[in-house]
Amino acid sequence: MARGDTVLGIDRRPWPDAPAGVQTFRADVRKRPAEDVFRLHSPDAMVHLATVTHLSARREQRYRINLGGTRSVFENCARYGVKHAIFVGRHTVYGAAPDAPLYRTEADPPLAVATFPDLADLVAADLYAGSALWRHPQLRTAVLRFVYTLGPSQRGTLASYLGGTRVPTLLGFDPLFHFMHEHDAADAIVAALDAQLNGVFNVAGPPPVPLSLLCKAVGKPAVPMPEAIFRRAVGHFGFPKLSRHAVAHIRHPVVIDNAAFLAATDFTPKFDEIQTMESYRWAV
Amino acid sequence: MIWDRMTDDAVRARLEHLDIPFNRFGLDPYGISKVHLGAFYSFLGVLYKHYFRVLTHGIEHVPNDGAAMVVGNHSGGLPVDAGMVAASMFFAHDPPRHLHGMVEKFAQGWPFLAPLFSRVGQLTGLPEHATRILNDGRLLLVFPEGARGTGKLYKDKYQLVRFGTGFVRIALRSGAPIVPFAFVGGEEAIPTVYHARRLARMMRAPYVPITPYGLPIPLPIQCSLHFGEPLHFEGDGTEPDHVIEGYVAQVKERIAGLIDEGRRMRHTRRGTKADQ
Repeated sequence: MARGDTVLGIDRRPWPDAPAGVQTFRADVRKRPAEDVFRLHSPDAMVHLATVTHLSARREQRYRINLGGTRSVFENCARYGVKHAIFVGRHTVYGAAPDAPLYRTEADPPLAVATFPDLADLVAADLYAGSALWRHPQLRTAVLRFVYTLGPSQRGTLASYLGGTRVPTLLGFDPLFHFMHEHDAADAIVAALDAQLNGVFNVAGPPPVPLSLLCKAVGKPAVPMPEAIFRRAVGHFGFPKLSRHAVAHIRHPVVIDNAAFLAATDFTPKFDEIQTMESYRWAV
Repeated sequence: MIWDRMTDDAVRARLEHLDIPFNRFGLDPYGISKVHLGAFYSFLGVLYKHYFRVLTHGIEHVPNDGAAMVVGNHSGGLPVDAGMVAASMFFAHDPPRHLHGMVEKFAQGWPFLAPLFSRVGQLTGLPEHATRILNDGRLLLVFPEGARGTGKLYKDKYQLVRFGTGFVRIALRSGAPIVPFAFVGGEEAIPTVYHARRLARMMRAPYVPITPYGLPIPLPIQCSLHFGEPLHFEGDGTEPDHVIEGYVAQVKERIAGLIDEGRRMRHTRRGTKADQ
């Protein structure tokens, strides 16, 4: 907007504090009113952020929104002449496993289908978005696999995990957690638009940090416990509710290599790992 | 912090000259932690200098900077050989260099040990890790015998078992030289006379060594390390198997030569006759 672009937003929910100048439409991305936005406004570029990542949502709902919604927006892009589409995905699609490489590149398979079946809908949406690269060759498509985001909004998958009074961890394990500041994540999307990216890219900011350091830096005491107790304790005693498959992500790291993204764009993260953790901790 | 209290001053001083890009929080991109590394090398230093009293020969063959693959024999029923080679790079090499080892996959499931390996830069034995470490200009430790090597029984001491071939392809792809070495003394320090297979299955380990005195604890026997001149091979890693196998045979032959040299020196020191 600062450089004169017109920004439109589609969301089922109201967005009362949208920045001035952003024209918002209350619509489901899978429905006709959302298609009308594409038809009437002919956008040059589309950024698809409408995915449900919290596991409290019902599985059918997650598939409907994550996979069905992704299909609809890409079809609308192809039908109404959008030039560039960006799918905002998650690095967790790579899955956590003891025999997985520490740094995942875009060439690595998305193991989460096996290690974290609850994420199957996100993996499917990610791969479906990637298929636009050959299904709609006239549409430049960038699938961005972001690390966890953290920041003053205190929202997101990692913020939810850290959101209780105490953080449940597994006794004897201290995996690396890879995250970036939410403002840097927004800048990375803009950088992808500017560079007209076409392909699949990992997006990260600073290097990963051990979970123990993350808990300490955000001021939440870590409570290490054996797996059998961990499974029973989550969702109680001030601990966040977690999927039973989340254990793998608290035992083994999911870290990504963002070299290809850095080489293809002008993106440079502004926040290091400590600034990112502190922005989350001290947000009012 | 407990790790910091376990670090001796000499190690702390050498850590400052280590070839690891620690950030201001003492972490590197692989998750190596400076404070953990201090305690790790302090512990290895006690074993290297006082328990095994390791004699190191030819360390000048290890380059002062840039990538290199340090390749040698497994000696003894426990991987103390890996620890002593890493200690030699830190204490005997000038400037000190950090050696990345490759840990067996089963160890990643062990509580407490798995994160400790990660904090001291010992990654799971995967080709992706080996390639990345070399491409980052670091030192990589490889035992091409794998678990077959540490699983050798005492009656087969210093006999090299089959070498894998992947390490040569990785070295060729990254352009890193191969520095051969022999570790001598480990077979006597941890003589394995039997494998406790049932216990190994329970621990999800390939074997558990049983020594003549029962416990798999190394004896305080003097060990030695013998590094050879770097080997450079022609190619880019896409060569047919027979070419790669030829390179592997050269590496194996050089390591066998260094083992013989080390055993001769050992017997000369002791004034005993070399056994066959």
